[in-house]
Amino acid sequence: MRRASLIAAILVLGVLVIVPLASIVYESLRLGLGPALATFADPYARAAIVLTLLVALATITANGAFGVLAGWTLTRYRFPGKAVLLTLIDLPLTVSPVVAGLAILLCFGNRSPLGAWLEAHGIQVAFAPLGIVLATIFVTFPYVARETIALLNESGRELEEAALGLGAGVWQTFLRVTLPNARGALLNGLLLCNARALGEFGAVSVISGRVRGLTDTVPLHIEDLYNEDNLVGAFTLAALLATVAIALTLTRSALEHRERTTHSP
Amino acid sequence: MIPGRGIALAITMLAIAILVIVPLSAIVITMAGITPDRLLAIAFSPRALAAYRLSLGTALAASVFDVVVGVWLAAVIVGERSLAGRLLNACVDVPFAVPTAVTGITLVTLYGPHGWIGSLLARTGITVVYTPVGIALALAFVGLPFVVRTVQPIIATLPHEFGEAASSLGATRASILWRVTLPLLAPAMLTGFALAFARTLGEYGSVIFIAGNVPFKTEIVPLVIVTRLEEYDYVGAAAVATVSLVASFLLLLAINALQRRLIRVRVAE
Repeated sequence: MRRASLIAAILVLGVLVIVPLASIVYESLRLGLGPALATFADPYARAAIVLTLLVALATITANGAFGVLAGWTLTRYRFPGKAVLLTLIDLPLTVSPVVAGLAILLCFGNRSPLGAWLEAHGIQVAFAPLGIVLATIFVTFPYVARETIALLNESGRELEEAALGLGAGVWQTFLRVTLPNARGALLNGLLLCNARALGEFGAVSVISGRVRGLTDTVPLHIEDLYNEDNLVGAFTLAALLATVAIALTLTRSALEHRERTTHSP
Repeated sequence: MIPGRGIALAITMLAIAILVIVPLSAIVITMAGITPDRLLAIAFSPRALAAYRLSLGTALAASVFDVVVGVWLAAVIVGERSLAGRLLNACVDVPFAVPTAVTGITLVTLYGPHGWIGSLLARTGITVVYTPVGIALALAFVGLPFVVRTVQPIIATLPHEFGEAASSLGATRASILWRVTLPLLAPAMLTGFALAFARTLGEYGSVIFIAGNVPFKTEIVPLVIVTRLEEYDYVGAAAVATVSLVASFLLLLAINALQRRLIRVRVAE
């Protein structure tokens, strides 16, 4: 009975997960390794890879900083309306990526007063890399914060209070006590945030304006190549993106697993 | 008392305002000056209504599928500590990790008429791509990890005593499952369902490739928003987005309430 259900589970996950992954590799290499590798010689593909890396870097920097700050603020102080703040931080989790992209576009596009003002000062947000960064920050906003809030909530504030009692300043306490304590949660959140940022499609496709070589990220370029029937190119970039995202996610699970087994008695 | 509350709270709130609240309110502000009657007519036009119905229906079907398959998979994985079990466990993360556009082009190729699975299905006369079934398939793929990861820790801590007591009192396996195990799992199943439903309701990248995108037939809500935008109909896009946003917000509140209950149940144990 147990054996039969294990085999059934292998079959189900095989069809649902392994076969699609195998087909990505197959489609990429169907004309051989040469045409697949030629994808990376294309300047547009290279530009997309560079842009995606820069957007992900900006996103994890912003959301990492916010996540640590939110973790500190929401677990180290008492104030009214904390539940509302927590809900607002979580909100991007259930918002459709397209709605997120639309929000950034309507807020910072040149039709809005804010966007027009920024453009008058030489800052272009909509249909520019900055807009892509803002949309990606929105979509991945909760990930680091949720991890740090959960960890710092559990660890309590005794250590910080002890440090302050011994004469340390707030900033020093934060840097020397809280930050090292939250390191695991921060890393965990950053890995998740990075995986999502690299692959974000819906929000970015609304705000990007799709200028090749300038505002096309890797997921958007995959769509372009697919629509042009360049399946080898599309699936080669897909394989690259999927490999990186899966590696990040598995690293995260492994870290989480290690943490759980070392912390539990 | 830790000093610095004022400044920490101010910066946190400022960040949330600039990065989340101000952009979202721009959607509402876009609709300013349009009469409520007109707005309702735009938000609930026949084409939008067809999209709401399709998105709700396919997300619901996919989430129900995910709950049934996900609970079973979680039970198998929890009970299996071998290498095979660990590999299965890692597989569950894949749909969550893979970028949505990659999922989209992969599924449409795989289930298309020339794909590995699509060509097999074609022989039995089943068409998946460019139909609501294809949409539900993509959504079920995307939603599955949410159910497994919510239910798994609860199954791992299920007290065996109840089952043993029931069995010593003469209960059959089926009645233990229905009368003991599933009621204990119900809160986790509901939470997993809500998480999968919330995620799949607004899903875009994994769906648009396999959906066909024919108005009134295979056009999901996020695509209606994108189409309105491409026509420079900002009010139309904002109106449909507002409906979607209200649904996301209500789902978030429901999920928060469910998760609080789930934590209470675990603490009570």
